Amino acid sequence: MTEEFTQRLLQNIADTLHKPVEQYRLDASFEELGIDSLDGINILFALENEFGIQIPDDAARNVKNLREMAEGVWKLVEEKGTAA
Amino acid sequence: MRVAVTGVGALTPMGATAPEFWNALIEGRSGIAPLEGWWTPNLRFPNGSQMRGWDPSQHFDIRTIDLLDPFAQFATVAGREALSDAGLSVADVKGPRTAILTGCCGGGQGSEDIQFQELYEKKTGRVHPMTIPRIMSNAAASYLSMELGVSGPVYSVSTACASSGHAIGQGFWMVRSGIVDRAIVGGSEALFSFGFLKAWEAMRVVSQETCRPFSKDRKGLILGEGSAMLVLEPLDVAKARGARIYAELAGAGMSADAHHITQPSVDGPALAMRAALADASMALEEIGYVNAHGTGTLANDSTECRAIHCLFGEHAKRLAVSSTKSMHGHALGAAGALEAVATVLALREGILPPTMNYSTPDPECDVDVIPNAARKAQVGAALSNSFAFGGLNAVLCFRSPASL
Repeated sequence: MTEEFTQRLLQNIADTLHKPVEQYRLDASFEELGIDSLDGINILFALENEFGIQIPDDAARNVKNLREMAEGVWKLVEEKGTAA
Repeated sequence: MRVAVTGVGALTPMGATAPEFWNALIEGRSGIAPLEGWWTPNLRFPNGSQMRGWDPSQHFDIRTIDLLDPFAQFATVAGREALSDAGLSVADVKGPRTAILTGCCGGGQGSEDIQFQELYEKKTGRVHPMTIPRIMSNAAASYLSMELGVSGPVYSVSTACASSGHAIGQGFWMVRSGIVDRAIVGGSEALFSFGFLKAWEAMRVVSQETCRPFSKDRKGLILGEGSAMLVLEPLDVAKARGARIYAELAGAGMSADAHHITQPSVDGPALAMRAALADASMALEEIGYVNAHGTGTLANDSTECRAIHCLFGEHAKRLAVSSTKSMHGHALGAAGALEAVATVLALREGILPPTMNYSTPDPECDVDVIPNAARKAQVGAALSNSFAFGGLNAVLCFRSPASL
Protein backbone atom coordinates (compact mmCIF):
# COMPACT_ATOMS: atom_id res chain seq x y z
CA MET A 1 0.00 0.00 0.00
CA THR A 2 1.28 3.46 -0.77
CA GLU A 3 1.07 6.35 1.70
CA GLU A 4 -1.02 8.22 -0.86
CA PHE A 5 -3.52 5.35 -1.03
CA THR A 6 -3.77 5.09 2.76
CA GLN A 7 -4.39 8.82 3.11
CA ARG A 8 -7.06 8.75 0.39
CA LEU A 9 -8.77 5.83 2.12
CA LEU A 10 -8.70 7.46 5.57
CA GLN A 11 -9.94 10.75 4.13
CA ASN A 12 -12.80 8.96 2.41
CA ILE A 13 -13.78 7.23 5.65
CA ALA A 14 -13.55 10.47 7.61
CA ASP A 15 -15.69 12.30 5.03
CA THR A 16 -18.25 9.50 5.09
CA LEU A 17 -18.60 9.68 8.85
CA HIS A 18 -18.36 13.50 8.95
CA LYS A 19 -15.33 13.41 11.27
CA PRO A 20 -11.81 14.90 11.07
CA VAL A 21 -9.36 12.56 9.34
CA GLU A 22 -6.88 12.88 12.25
CA GLN A 23 -9.25 10.69 14.26
CA TYR A 24 -8.55 7.65 12.11
CA ARG A 25 -5.46 5.45 12.07
CA LEU A 26 -4.95 2.03 10.54
CA ASP A 27 -4.03 0.15 13.71
CA ALA A 28 -7.24 0.58 15.63
CA SER A 29 -10.23 -1.74 15.85
CA PHE A 30 -13.61 -0.55 14.63
CA GLU A 31 -14.78 -0.57 18.24
CA GLU A 32 -11.97 1.77 19.33
CA LEU A 33 -12.90 4.13 16.50
CA GLY A 34 -16.59 3.98 17.36
CA ILE A 35 -17.45 2.44 13.98
CA ASP A 36 -20.58 0.27 14.19
CA SER A 37 -22.15 -2.02 11.57
CA LEU A 38 -24.20 0.79 10.03
CA ASP A 39 -21.07 2.97 9.71
CA GLY A 40 -19.44 -0.10 8.18
CA ILE A 41 -21.87 -0.41 5.29
CA ASN A 42 -21.67 3.34 4.69
CA ILE A 43 -17.89 3.10 4.49
CA LEU A 44 -18.00 0.12 2.14
CA PHE A 45 -20.40 1.98 -0.15
CA ALA A 46 -18.18 5.07 -0.17
CA LEU A 47 -14.98 3.09 -0.78
CA GLU A 48 -16.57 1.22 -3.68
CA ASN A 49 -17.43 4.58 -5.24
CA GLU A 50 -14.05 6.15 -4.47
CA PHE A 51 -11.95 3.34 -5.92
CA GLY A 52 -14.36 1.95 -8.52
CA ILE A 53 -14.32 -1.50 -6.98
CA GLN A 54 -16.83 -4.06 -5.73
CA ILE A 55 -16.26 -5.38 -2.18
CA PRO A 56 -17.94 -8.78 -1.67
CA ASP A 57 -20.01 -9.28 1.50
CA ASP A 58 -17.95 -12.29 2.57
CA ALA A 59 -14.69 -10.35 2.39
CA ALA A 60 -16.19 -7.39 4.23
CA ARG A 61 -17.60 -9.53 7.03
CA ASN A 62 -14.21 -10.84 8.17
CA VAL A 63 -12.52 -7.46 8.39
CA LYS A 64 -11.90 -6.34 12.00
CA ASN A 65 -9.90 -3.12 11.71
CA LEU A 66 -8.96 -0.37 9.29
CA ARG A 67 -5.65 -2.00 8.33
CA GLU A 68 -7.40 -5.19 7.20
CA MET A 69 -9.94 -3.06 5.37
CA ALA A 70 -7.20 -1.00 3.69
CA GLU A 71 -5.30 -4.14 2.65
CA GLY A 72 -8.47 -5.66 1.22
CA VAL A 73 -9.30 -2.52 -0.72
CA TRP A 74 -5.69 -2.22 -1.94
CA LYS A 75 -5.85 -5.80 -3.23
CA LEU A 76 -9.09 -5.11 -5.10
CA VAL A 77 -7.66 -1.90 -6.56
CA GLU A 78 -4.53 -3.73 -7.73
CA GLU A 79 -6.61 -6.53 -9.21
CA LYS A 80 -8.57 -3.91 -11.09
CA GLY A 81 -5.26 -2.73 -12.51
CA THR A 82 -5.62 0.95 -11.78
CA ALA A 83 -3.13 2.97 -9.82
CA ALA A 84 -4.53 4.14 -6.51
CA MET B 1 -63.32 -11.20 26.36
CA ARG B 2 -61.30 -13.98 24.73
CA VAL B 3 -60.45 -13.83 21.03
CA ALA B 4 -60.32 -16.72 18.57
CA VAL B 5 -58.65 -17.12 15.20
CA THR B 6 -61.39 -18.58 13.02
CA GLY B 7 -60.04 -18.15 9.52
CA VAL B 8 -56.66 -18.12 7.79
CA GLY B 9 -55.51 -17.34 4.29
CA ALA B 10 -52.07 -17.37 2.72
CA LEU B 11 -50.67 -16.61 -0.70
CA THR B 12 -46.98 -17.43 -0.83
CA PRO B 13 -44.29 -18.76 -3.16
CA MET B 14 -44.63 -22.05 -1.24
CA GLY B 15 -48.34 -22.41 -1.88
CA ALA B 16 -51.29 -20.34 -3.02
CA THR B 17 -53.58 -21.18 -0.08
CA ALA B 18 -53.11 -21.61 3.66
CA PRO B 19 -53.35 -25.45 3.46
CA GLU B 20 -50.75 -25.53 0.65
CA PHE B 21 -48.51 -23.17 2.63
CA TRP B 22 -48.86 -25.37 5.70
CA ASN B 23 -48.10 -28.60 3.83
CA ALA B 24 -44.96 -27.03 2.40
CA LEU B 25 -43.93 -25.82 5.88
CA ILE B 26 -44.16 -29.24 7.50
CA GLU B 27 -42.56 -30.97 4.54
CA GLY B 28 -39.71 -28.46 4.57
CA ARG B 29 -40.41 -27.35 1.00
CA SER B 30 -38.93 -23.92 0.51
CA GLY B 31 -40.01 -21.04 -1.70
CA ILE B 32 -36.38 -19.94 -2.02
CA ALA B 33 -35.05 -20.25 -5.59
CA PRO B 34 -33.03 -18.31 -8.17
CA LEU B 35 -34.63 -14.90 -8.74
CA GLU B 36 -36.34 -14.09 -12.01
CA GLY B 37 -36.27 -10.58 -13.46
CA TRP B 38 -34.48 -8.46 -16.03
CA TRP B 39 -32.39 -7.02 -13.21
CA THR B 40 -30.84 -10.27 -11.93
CA PRO B 41 -27.47 -9.73 -13.70
CA ASN B 42 -27.11 -6.45 -11.82
CA LEU B 43 -27.83 -7.85 -8.39
CA ARG B 44 -25.21 -9.26 -6.01
CA PHE B 45 -27.47 -11.93 -4.49
CA PRO B 46 -29.06 -14.62 -6.64
CA ASN B 47 -31.92 -16.09 -4.57
CA GLY B 48 -35.26 -15.12 -3.08
CA SER B 49 -38.70 -16.43 -2.20
CA GLN B 50 -40.47 -14.79 -5.11
CA MET B 51 -44.05 -15.20 -6.34
CA ARG B 52 -43.47 -16.87 -9.68
CA GLY B 53 -46.08 -17.07 -12.40
CA TRP B 54 -48.45 -14.76 -10.54
CA ASP B 55 -51.46 -14.13 -12.77
CA PRO B 56 -53.74 -11.45 -11.31
CA SER B 57 -56.35 -12.07 -14.03
CA GLN B 58 -57.21 -15.30 -12.17
CA HIS B 59 -58.41 -13.14 -9.28
CA PHE B 60 -59.29 -9.65 -10.55
CA ASP B 61 -60.91 -7.98 -13.55
CA ILE B 62 -58.67 -5.92 -15.77
CA ARG B 63 -59.74 -2.53 -14.43
CA THR B 64 -58.99 -3.61 -10.85
CA ILE B 65 -55.57 -4.90 -11.90
CA ASP B 66 -54.80 -1.40 -13.22
CA LEU B 67 -55.60 -0.05 -9.77
CA LEU B 68 -53.73 -2.51 -7.56
CA ASP B 69 -50.03 -3.12 -7.11
CA PRO B 70 -49.25 -6.81 -6.49
CA PHE B 71 -48.85 -6.17 -2.73
CA ALA B 72 -52.53 -5.15 -2.58
CA GLN B 73 -53.55 -8.00 -4.88
CA PHE B 74 -51.80 -10.52 -2.61
CA ALA B 75 -53.53 -9.21 0.54
CA THR B 76 -56.93 -9.21 -1.15
CA VAL B 77 -56.59 -12.82 -2.29
CA ALA B 78 -55.37 -13.96 1.15
CA GLY B 79 -58.11 -11.90 2.84
CA ARG B 80 -60.83 -13.52 0.71
CA GLU B 81 -59.48 -16.94 1.63
CA ALA B 82 -59.38 -16.14 5.35
CA LEU B 83 -62.95 -14.86 5.30
CA SER B 84 -64.28 -17.83 3.39
CA ASP B 85 -62.26 -20.16 5.64
CA ALA B 86 -63.98 -18.57 8.64
CA GLY B 87 -67.33 -19.35 7.06
CA LEU B 88 -68.18 -15.66 6.83
CA SER B 89 -69.78 -13.92 3.87
CA VAL B 90 -69.60 -10.34 2.70
CA ALA B 91 -73.03 -9.83 4.26
CA ASP B 92 -71.64 -10.97 7.63
CA VAL B 93 -68.74 -8.52 7.72
CA LYS B 94 -70.02 -5.42 5.93
CA GLY B 95 -70.63 -2.30 7.98
CA PRO B 96 -68.87 -0.49 10.82
CA ARG B 97 -68.44 -3.41 13.26
CA THR B 98 -65.55 -4.98 11.33
CA ALA B 99 -61.95 -3.75 11.32
CA ILE B 100 -59.32 -4.40 8.67
CA LEU B 101 -55.67 -3.89 9.57
CA THR B 102 -52.90 -4.72 7.14
CA GLY B 103 -49.15 -4.54 7.59
CA CYS B 104 -46.82 -3.58 4.79
CA CYS B 105 -43.25 -2.34 4.78
CA GLY B 106 -42.62 -0.96 1.32
CA GLY B 107 -46.04 -0.45 -0.24
CA GLY B 108 -46.17 -0.51 -4.02
CA GLN B 109 -42.42 -0.43 -4.56
CA GLY B 110 -42.71 -2.21 -7.91
CA SER B 111 -45.17 0.34 -9.28
CA GLU B 112 -43.03 3.20 -8.02
CA ASP B 113 -39.94 1.69 -9.58
CA ILE B 114 -41.54 1.31 -13.01
CA GLN B 115 -43.16 4.73 -13.01
CA PHE B 116 -40.09 6.62 -11.84
CA GLN B 117 -38.15 5.10 -14.73
CA GLU B 118 -40.43 7.26 -16.88
CA LEU B 119 -38.86 10.29 -15.23
CA TYR B 120 -35.25 9.36 -14.63
CA GLU B 121 -34.51 6.96 -17.48
CA LYS B 122 -37.01 7.48 -20.28
CA LYS B 123 -37.36 11.18 -19.43
CA THR B 124 -40.96 11.32 -20.61
CA GLY B 125 -41.71 13.75 -17.81
CA ARG B 126 -44.92 11.98 -16.84
CA VAL B 127 -46.04 9.14 -14.61
CA HIS B 128 -49.24 7.10 -14.78
CA PRO B 129 -52.21 8.62 -12.90
CA MET B 130 -52.71 5.36 -10.96
CA THR B 131 -49.21 5.59 -9.45
CA ILE B 132 -50.30 7.08 -6.13
CA PRO B 133 -53.24 4.70 -5.55
CA ARG B 134 -50.93 1.78 -6.40
CA ILE B 135 -48.00 2.75 -4.19
CA MET B 136 -49.83 3.89 -1.05
CA SER B 137 -49.28 1.39 1.77
CA ASN B 138 -52.94 1.45 2.76
CA ALA B 139 -54.07 0.28 -0.70
CA ALA B 140 -54.52 -3.33 0.46
CA ALA B 141 -56.66 -2.39 3.48
CA SER B 142 -58.61 0.13 1.41
CA TYR B 143 -59.37 -2.22 -1.45
CA LEU B 144 -60.44 -5.02 0.90
CA SER B 145 -62.78 -2.62 2.70
CA MET B 146 -64.32 -1.60 -0.64
CA GLU B 147 -64.74 -5.18 -1.79
CA LEU B 148 -66.27 -6.30 1.52
CA GLY B 149 -68.23 -3.15 2.37
CA VAL B 150 -66.35 -2.89 5.67
CA SER B 151 -66.78 0.62 7.04
CA GLY B 152 -65.24 0.26 10.53
CA PRO B 153 -61.64 1.06 11.48
CA VAL B 154 -59.52 0.26 8.40
CA TYR B 155 -55.86 1.16 8.15
CA SER B 156 -52.37 -0.05 7.44
CA VAL B 157 -49.43 -0.33 9.79
CA SER B 158 -45.89 0.11 8.57
CA THR B 159 -43.22 -0.91 11.03
CA ALA B 160 -40.80 -2.61 8.61
CA CYS B 161 -40.36 -6.27 9.49
CA ALA B 162 -42.86 -6.14 12.36
CA SER B 163 -45.69 -4.46 10.39
CA SER B 164 -48.14 -7.33 10.38
CA GLY B 165 -47.26 -8.33 13.94
CA HIS B 166 -48.33 -4.85 15.03
CA ALA B 167 -51.42 -4.97 12.75
CA ILE B 168 -52.57 -8.33 14.15
CA GLY B 169 -51.90 -7.22 17.72
CA GLN B 170 -53.87 -4.04 17.31
CA GLY B 171 -56.78 -5.80 15.58
CA PHE B 172 -56.78 -8.29 18.47
CA TRP B 173 -57.00 -5.52 21.05
CA MET B 174 -59.89 -3.93 19.13
CA VAL B 175 -61.86 -7.18 19.19
CA ARG B 176 -61.00 -7.93 22.82
CA SER B 177 -62.08 -4.49 23.97
CA GLY B 178 -65.34 -4.66 22.03
CA ILE B 179 -64.51 -1.76 19.72
CA VAL B 180 -65.41 -4.07 16.82
CA ASP B 181 -67.10 -7.47 16.48
CA ARG B 182 -64.37 -8.96 14.30
CA ALA B 183 -61.13 -8.03 12.62
CA ILE B 184 -59.51 -9.11 9.39
CA VAL B 185 -55.80 -8.73 10.00
CA GLY B 186 -52.49 -9.63 8.44
CA GLY B 187 -50.08 -8.21 5.94
CA SER B 188 -48.55 -8.39 2.51
CA GLU B 189 -45.41 -7.49 0.65
CA ALA B 190 -44.38 -7.49 -3.03
CA LEU B 191 -40.78 -6.44 -2.95
CA PHE B 192 -38.98 -7.82 -5.98
CA SER B 193 -38.33 -4.59 -7.83
CA PHE B 194 -34.86 -3.50 -8.88
CA GLY B 195 -34.56 -0.34 -6.78
CA PHE B 196 -35.74 -1.93 -3.56
CA LEU B 197 -33.51 -4.98 -4.09
CA LYS B 198 -30.47 -2.76 -4.69
CA ALA B 199 -31.26 -0.95 -1.44
CA TRP B 200 -31.28 -4.29 0.39
CA GLU B 201 -28.07 -5.27 -1.35
CA ALA B 202 -26.38 -2.16 0.02
CA MET B 203 -27.42 -3.13 3.56
CA ARG B 204 -25.24 -6.24 3.17
CA VAL B 205 -27.59 -8.45 5.14
CA VAL B 206 -28.84 -10.64 2.28
CA SER B 207 -27.32 -14.11 2.00
CA GLN B 208 -25.47 -15.05 -1.17
CA GLU B 209 -26.87 -18.55 -0.88
CA THR B 210 -29.80 -19.51 1.35
CA CYS B 211 -31.35 -18.65 4.71
CA ARG B 212 -29.91 -20.73 7.60
CA PRO B 213 -31.40 -19.36 10.82
CA PHE B 214 -29.45 -20.19 14.01
CA SER B 215 -26.84 -22.20 12.08
CA LYS B 216 -23.23 -21.21 12.70
CA ASP B 217 -22.67 -20.88 8.94
CA ARG B 218 -25.61 -18.50 8.45
CA LYS B 219 -24.87 -15.78 5.91
CA GLY B 220 -27.85 -13.49 6.13
CA LEU B 221 -31.52 -13.24 5.28
CA ILE B 222 -33.33 -14.17 2.10
CA LEU B 223 -36.04 -11.79 0.94
CA GLY B 224 -39.55 -13.10 0.40
CA GLU B 225 -43.00 -11.90 -0.59
CA GLY B 226 -46.63 -12.87 -0.36
CA SER B 227 -49.47 -12.35 2.08
CA ALA B 228 -51.27 -13.95 4.98
CA MET B 229 -54.49 -12.84 6.63
CA LEU B 230 -56.45 -14.02 9.67
CA VAL B 231 -59.99 -13.52 10.95
CA LEU B 232 -60.33 -12.70 14.64
CA GLU B 233 -63.59 -12.75 16.59
CA PRO B 234 -64.72 -13.22 20.18
CA LEU B 235 -64.28 -16.83 21.29
CA ASP B 236 -67.85 -17.14 22.60
CA VAL B 237 -69.30 -15.81 19.34
CA ALA B 238 -67.14 -18.22 17.36
CA LYS B 239 -68.24 -21.14 19.53
CA ALA B 240 -71.90 -20.13 19.34
CA ARG B 241 -71.88 -20.11 15.55
CA GLY B 242 -69.96 -23.38 15.39
CA ALA B 243 -66.91 -21.86 13.72
CA ARG B 244 -63.68 -23.79 13.44
CA ILE B 245 -61.26 -22.41 16.02
CA TYR B 246 -57.62 -22.51 15.01
CA ALA B 247 -56.30 -21.02 18.22
CA GLU B 248 -56.96 -18.39 20.83
CA LEU B 249 -55.05 -15.19 20.27
CA ALA B 250 -54.41 -14.66 23.95
CA GLY B 251 -52.08 -11.70 24.08
CA ALA B 252 -50.01 -9.17 22.19
CA GLY B 253 -46.88 -7.38 23.35
CA MET B 254 -45.13 -4.44 21.79
CA SER B 255 -41.94 -2.57 22.59
CA ALA B 256 -39.25 -0.32 21.15
CA ASP B 257 -35.52 -0.92 21.60
CA ALA B 258 -34.87 2.84 21.76
CA HIS B 259 -31.34 1.87 20.85
CA HIS B 260 -30.17 1.72 17.21
CA ILE B 261 -31.75 2.00 13.76
CA THR B 262 -30.50 -1.42 12.57
CA GLN B 263 -28.66 -3.26 15.36
CA PRO B 264 -30.94 -5.57 17.33
CA SER B 265 -31.04 -5.48 21.11
CA VAL B 266 -31.76 -8.11 23.76
CA ASP B 267 -33.89 -5.90 25.99
CA GLY B 268 -36.50 -4.72 23.45
CA PRO B 269 -37.48 -8.20 22.19
CA ALA B 270 -37.44 -9.60 25.75
CA LEU B 271 -39.70 -6.75 26.84
CA ALA B 272 -42.16 -7.45 23.99
CA MET B 273 -42.27 -11.19 24.76
CA ARG B 274 -42.80 -10.44 28.44
CA ALA B 275 -45.57 -7.95 27.56
CA ALA B 276 -47.33 -10.52 25.34
CA LEU B 277 -47.33 -13.07 28.16
CA ALA B 278 -48.58 -10.48 30.64
CA ASP B 279 -51.30 -9.38 28.19
CA ALA B 280 -52.36 -13.03 27.92
CA SER B 281 -52.14 -13.51 31.72
CA MET B 282 -50.01 -16.52 30.89
CA ALA B 283 -47.16 -18.07 32.86
CA LEU B 284 -44.04 -18.48 30.75
CA GLU B 285 -43.98 -22.23 31.52
CA GLU B 286 -47.13 -22.60 29.40
CA ILE B 287 -45.21 -21.68 26.24
CA GLY B 288 -43.95 -24.72 24.36
CA TYR B 289 -43.02 -23.23 20.99
CA VAL B 290 -41.62 -19.93 19.72
CA ASN B 291 -41.91 -19.07 16.05
CA ALA B 292 -38.82 -16.90 16.04
CA HIS B 293 -38.13 -13.76 14.09
CA GLY B 294 -35.06 -15.79 13.03
CA THR B 295 -33.93 -13.84 9.98
CA GLY B 296 -30.69 -15.76 9.46
CA THR B 297 -28.47 -12.72 9.99
CA LEU B 298 -25.50 -13.04 12.32
CA ALA B 299 -26.82 -10.34 14.65
CA ASN B 300 -30.53 -11.17 14.84
CA ASP B 301 -30.36 -14.85 15.63
CA SER B 302 -27.83 -14.69 18.46
CA THR B 303 -29.54 -11.63 19.95
CA GLU B 304 -32.98 -13.23 19.75
CA CYS B 305 -31.67 -16.37 21.48
CA ARG B 306 -30.18 -14.23 24.24
CA ALA B 307 -33.55 -12.51 24.64
CA ILE B 308 -35.30 -15.90 24.87
CA HIS B 309 -32.84 -17.09 27.54
CA CYS B 310 -33.07 -13.80 29.37
CA LEU B 311 -36.86 -14.04 29.58
CA PHE B 312 -37.47 -17.78 29.93
CA GLY B 313 -34.49 -18.71 32.13
CA GLU B 314 -34.49 -22.46 32.87
CA HIS B 315 -37.65 -22.98 30.80
CA ALA B 316 -35.72 -21.98 27.64
CA LYS B 317 -34.27 -25.53 27.63
CA ARG B 318 -37.76 -26.97 27.22
CA LEU B 319 -38.82 -24.61 24.42
CA ALA B 320 -38.89 -25.55 20.76
CA VAL B 321 -37.89 -22.58 18.60
CA SER B 322 -37.99 -22.51 14.81
CA SER B 323 -37.68 -19.97 12.04
CA THR B 324 -39.97 -20.60 9.10
CA LYS B 325 -38.13 -17.79 7.28
CA SER B 326 -35.81 -20.60 6.27
CA MET B 327 -38.60 -21.52 3.83
CA HIS B 328 -40.71 -18.43 3.05
CA GLY B 329 -37.85 -15.99 3.37
CA HIS B 330 -38.15 -12.62 5.06
CA ALA B 331 -41.36 -11.19 3.67
CA LEU B 332 -40.90 -7.93 5.65
CA GLY B 333 -44.39 -6.49 6.19
CA ALA B 334 -45.99 -9.89 5.53
CA ALA B 335 -43.58 -11.83 7.73
CA GLY B 336 -45.48 -11.53 11.00
CA ALA B 337 -48.72 -12.65 9.31
CA LEU B 338 -47.15 -15.63 7.52
CA GLU B 339 -45.59 -16.67 10.82
CA ALA B 340 -48.80 -16.11 12.79
CA VAL B 341 -50.58 -18.48 10.37
CA ALA B 342 -47.73 -20.98 10.73
CA THR B 343 -48.01 -20.71 14.52
CA VAL B 344 -51.78 -21.18 14.78
CA LEU B 345 -51.66 -24.14 12.39
CA ALA B 346 -48.83 -25.65 14.45
CA LEU B 347 -51.02 -25.41 17.56
CA ARG B 348 -54.07 -26.82 15.81
CA GLU B 349 -52.32 -29.66 13.97
CA GLY B 350 -49.92 -30.61 16.75
CA ILE B 351 -46.92 -30.33 14.40
CA LEU B 352 -44.09 -27.82 14.81
CA PRO B 353 -42.57 -26.54 11.55
CA PRO B 354 -38.80 -26.91 11.20
CA THR B 355 -35.88 -24.56 10.78
CA MET B 356 -34.57 -25.68 7.39
CA ASN B 357 -31.01 -25.41 6.03
CA TYR B 358 -29.60 -25.89 9.51
CA SER B 359 -26.13 -27.41 9.37
CA THR B 360 -23.94 -26.47 12.34
CA PRO B 361 -24.85 -25.61 15.94
CA ASP B 362 -23.86 -22.12 17.07
CA PRO B 363 -23.12 -21.79 20.81
CA GLU B 364 -24.59 -18.28 20.57
CA CYS B 365 -27.92 -19.77 19.41
CA ASP B 366 -28.31 -22.49 22.03
CA VAL B 367 -32.01 -23.28 21.65
CA ASP B 368 -33.80 -26.34 20.29
CA VAL B 369 -34.32 -25.15 16.70
CA ILE B 370 -36.31 -28.14 15.33
CA PRO B 371 -33.58 -28.68 12.73
CA ASN B 372 -34.53 -29.67 9.18
CA ALA B 373 -37.63 -31.76 9.92
CA ALA B 374 -41.05 -30.97 11.38
CA ARG B 375 -41.83 -32.43 14.79
CA LYS B 376 -45.07 -33.86 16.13
CA ALA B 377 -45.71 -32.09 19.41
CA GLN B 378 -48.90 -30.79 20.97
CA VAL B 379 -47.90 -27.68 22.82
CA GLY B 380 -50.28 -25.63 24.92
CA ALA B 381 -49.24 -22.18 23.77
CA ALA B 382 -46.82 -20.44 21.46
CA LEU B 383 -45.26 -17.07 20.74
CA SER B 384 -44.73 -15.52 17.31
CA ASN B 385 -41.93 -12.94 17.27
CA SER B 386 -41.49 -9.99 14.90
CA PHE B 387 -38.62 -7.53 15.39
CA ALA B 388 -38.15 -4.65 12.98
CA PHE B 389 -35.31 -2.48 11.78
CA GLY B 390 -35.78 0.66 13.79
CA GLY B 391 -36.04 -1.45 16.95
CA LEU B 392 -39.81 -1.93 16.93
CA ASN B 393 -41.03 -5.25 18.27
CA ALA B 394 -44.37 -7.08 18.18
CA VAL B 395 -45.01 -10.46 19.77
CA LEU B 396 -48.23 -12.48 19.56
CA CYS B 397 -49.20 -15.11 22.11
CA PHE B 398 -51.48 -17.95 20.94
CA ARG B 399 -53.10 -20.74 22.95
CA SER B 400 -53.89 -24.17 21.56
CA PRO B 401 -57.54 -24.84 20.62
CA ALA B 402 -57.34 -28.15 22.53
CA SER B 403 -57.88 -26.31 25.82
CA LEU B 404 -60.75 -24.11 24.64
